[in-house]
Amino acid sequence: MTLRDGWEMVIGLEVHTELKTSTKMFCGCANEFGSEPNTNVCPVCLGLPGSLPVLNVRAVDLAMAIGFALHSTIGFSTFHRKNYFYPDMPKDFQISQYDLPINSGGYLDLPDGSRVTIERAHLEEDTGKSTHLGGSGRIHGADRSLVDYNRSGVPLVEIVSGPDIRSSAQARGYASELRGILIATGASDGRMEEGSMRIDANVSVRRPGDPLGTRCEIKNLNSLRSLHRAIDYEAARQVELVEGGAKVRQETRHWDEHLGETSTMRTKEEAEDYRYFREPDLVDLVPDTAWQERIRAGLGAMPAERRATLLARLTDPTPSQLDALEVVVDLGFDDLVLAAIDAGVEAPLALARAANELAAAIDDIANLTQDAFIATLTMEQGGELSATQAKTVLLELLAHAGDPRAIAAAKGFEQLSSDSLGETVAALITQYPDEWARFRDGDEKLAQFFIGQVMKLTKGQANGKAVIAELQSRR
Amino acid sequence: MRSALDIARDVRSGATTAENEMATSLAAIRARNDELNVFLFVDEEGALDAARRVDERVTRGEDVGALAGVPIALKDNLCQSGVPTTAGSKILKGWRPPYSATVVGRLLDAGAVPMGKTNMDEFAMGSSTETSAFGPTRNPLNVERVPGGSSGGSASAVAADMTPLSLGSDTGGSIRQPAALCGLVGVKPTYGLVSRYGLIAFASSLDQIGPFAKNVADAAALLEVIAGHDPMDSTSLPELAPSLLSHVNDGVAGKRVGLVRELFDGAAAEVVAEVERAAEALRDAGATIVELSVPEIHLGLSAYYLIAPAEASSNLARYDGVRYGLRVDADDVAAMNEATRTAGFGAEVKRRIMLGTYALSAGYYDAYYGQALKVRTQLIDAFRRAYLEADLLLGATAPTVAFAIGEKTADPMAMYLSDVFTIPTNLAGDAAISVPFGTGEADLPIGVQLLGPGRSEAGLFAAARVLELADGRS
Amino acid sequence: MASSLRREDVAKVAKLARLTLSEAELDEFTAQLGQVLEHANDIAALDLEGVVATAHPFGLINVVRADERRASLARDDVLAMAPDTQDGRFAVPRIMGEAP
Repeated sequence: MTLRDGWEMVIGLEVHTELKTSTKMFCGCANEFGSEPNTNVCPVCLGLPGSLPVLNVRAVDLAMAIGFALHSTIGFSTFHRKNYFYPDMPKDFQISQYDLPINSGGYLDLPDGSRVTIERAHLEEDTGKSTHLGGSGRIHGADRSLVDYNRSGVPLVEIVSGPDIRSSAQARGYASELRGILIATGASDGRMEEGSMRIDANVSVRRPGDPLGTRCEIKNLNSLRSLHRAIDYEAARQVELVEGGAKVRQETRHWDEHLGETSTMRTKEEAEDYRYFREPDLVDLVPDTAWQERIRAGLGAMPAERRATLLARLTDPTPSQLDALEVVVDLGFDDLVLAAIDAGVEAPLALARAANELAAAIDDIANLTQDAFIATLTMEQGGELSATQAKTVLLELLAHAGDPRAIAAAKGFEQLSSDSLGETVAALITQYPDEWARFRDGDEKLAQFFIGQVMKLTKGQANGKAVIAELQSRR
Repeated sequence: MRSALDIARDVRSGATTAENEMATSLAAIRARNDELNVFLFVDEEGALDAARRVDERVTRGEDVGALAGVPIALKDNLCQSGVPTTAGSKILKGWRPPYSATVVGRLLDAGAVPMGKTNMDEFAMGSSTETSAFGPTRNPLNVERVPGGSSGGSASAVAADMTPLSLGSDTGGSIRQPAALCGLVGVKPTYGLVSRYGLIAFASSLDQIGPFAKNVADAAALLEVIAGHDPMDSTSLPELAPSLLSHVNDGVAGKRVGLVRELFDGAAAEVVAEVERAAEALRDAGATIVELSVPEIHLGLSAYYLIAPAEASSNLARYDGVRYGLRVDADDVAAMNEATRTAGFGAEVKRRIMLGTYALSAGYYDAYYGQALKVRTQLIDAFRRAYLEADLLLGATAPTVAFAIGEKTADPMAMYLSDVFTIPTNLAGDAAISVPFGTGEADLPIGVQLLGPGRSEAGLFAAARVLELADGRS
Repeated sequence: MASSLRREDVAKVAKLARLTLSEAELDEFTAQLGQVLEHANDIAALDLEGVVATAHPFGLINVVRADERRASLARDDVLAMAPDTQDGRFAVPRIMGEAP
């Protein structure tokens, strides 16, 4: 979507990601999604009188990994209290980082070639979750609210970009690439639908060259699609306001996915005064060189590098192969695909099977060993399995693990001997003499006709390449 | 009442049982608690249970610990699982914590028998135990007088011979000042020496839990049991508990004692006289007295009354009626928070919350809280310089003997000023002990204060012991 | 910049701290807090350029714990403390306004 002529949108994104630690930020309660309410709580994450926080070292490790991946400067940091009252906050303050965050600066290069600067990526604790009774289930109109503190104290990293983004598509690209990086560092599972990654968008508009306009914050966007749509809506809304002679009011807005619009959240009379001060119950964090090096050394390749590595193994990739490549890297199947290519499987085939069959069964991926994947594709490539059969074997491996040859045998995917294939083709030639004559004379389209007939007769068990070879040999 | 160490020795040897000692303590509590309002909750069941366990362990020949069978009182800001804990406030009336403070666990492991929870100024904010929501505690030595605060209940429990030991907390003098006013030994340990896990927080960077006892050796024994690294408290010092009891009789020969004028200037003449007499006693025991001035101490009071309320305003935000404690209903949650806190907090607590909120608020942070933190650094540096010239410092604990109940309640400022000699140690994070020395008006006890750098408790106990002997006690 | 405390300031601060003050209390607290801040003005006036706040007095840094599970509280114990619960959750009167 493009804005009206003469206008440009300026976007900054704040992304909160829950960290994939075993326990919470400041206590040993489980960091687990979906548990029964208030079963993963203790004096610390409930903020009971007398409780004290103790920092989870793995949260620090992951925060530094994110910092390295975003080319940030990692330094001395402190924790601060952000003070405000809200029922999902057990202490009525949040332990966060303020003027001395663990990661400052940095940047993220997007696949489209643009670069978005990173201002900071800091550590903080998550809040509990409230559900609202009565009304529409949203806050307004609710009679009472119920609070579950399982999520309270879960470690978060908040990543703040510079106001460098100029379109909703670029915003989406940024969010997607960042998500890939967070998954690649092991810091996050990137499950936006589960709330483990949430995005706030700061949107303003201006005429190019003018100073920044007043911005509105759209909070808690939990899908890339919402992000895209909300930004477009909000930017257009602001342009219309300003062109109509009104002023954009600085406020926080809520995006309604169904109505497709942003609306003002109940504004307070004045801005919150968080009264930040250094958290006295925690000590300073000074990650020394050895600690930092250990994290840096343990960092795997980021998505951009992994895409490049895979791209280098393709010759003249088609658009659909490039799409498949993105899917494969996004899902973390690139190691599998590279191993298959190294073992002699053709790159397009490995890509296709990974981007389609494996992608459809991500949750079961652990059942598929590298060897099994390679063996299956090798059999398909060599003609022992048809495409359909190979896909069936893969699905079976994903569901139940096992050995490809054994599965193929059990399913009766017998190797069609060239004899039986030859007999089948000979029979068809006799049955369709006109079509065979035209093929003999050079009408290549009829190859498909004969292949189709062979497939019908062999119930899809023939290997397309083998059939072509057979047809050619009888020409 | 016998000393704690004597009781422990007798329980271990079988000369007496923990249950016997507990019964004696209970009788003493019952005799005077109504009159003095020392205990907010007497835990008869828990005490009997703990005592019986100790006796069982003795019977089985197990090592029962340094405080075997010793009855102990706990200030009501210490969480003890299942036992009502109020911090002296209506907002926590009826709350039973589902967990215990680390120090409580260590006491039980050492065989001590917690008898109940003692009265205190609400959320430890006060110097007389008069801001408690449950009425003041009376000084057992003179019931028209205050016992001091905020650990007035814990001090009175020992002063009234209800228990030989008690635990209090000290943020600006709340152990040392009541100790002085009640004629006891009271210690504010080095910041981080004793775990704060389970201590209901007032000012996180200043609070420390510490012992009350009738004599120096008992206080050292108790501190040894509760001190040492705790992984549940990020600010706790890394080392294990230091050896303290074994150093009590080390003496002070060759030590340099700094007599700091700012630590007794403005005190009543009779108090100053005792400080000077204490200096003499230390000199007689082989120490050298050096006269020192640490002018930065004067700024300490102002810095404290910005830092402590600021931290407190944040620490007390959690009392919002949502998860535990008092709730006063309203149509929406913010109104409920407000109604609950307005009804649940007393005037002094409200005053400090507002002072702290103001000091942190936008536009005022730099001038008030920000400056106060810098003043604190200056005070720390000033003490470090002083400790180049002296091994320990000597001064008064409180400006006067115990004052009358109601005498200072009308004027908060007057109350705040009585902390002037104790506050600097909390700001610096160093250690200090108040030891009884002489008497003043109406025969009320006077306490003198010994201060030392961080981790110097052994030397402080040794000096306190010298004074104890010089003053004619055990 | 330090300045004398006004009644409106105290009213604002009370709201921030979720406290309701009566008119009389507002006057009383303004006077009392004003007194304390008078004393605090001696600090506000100091030139402490270059002086840095101290974090931990004994320089503790990097205190962390391993990412290992510890027993959580039993839910019954957790909810037993609460003034009002429903469906295993803490119940509160309606929340006006989203979280900041």
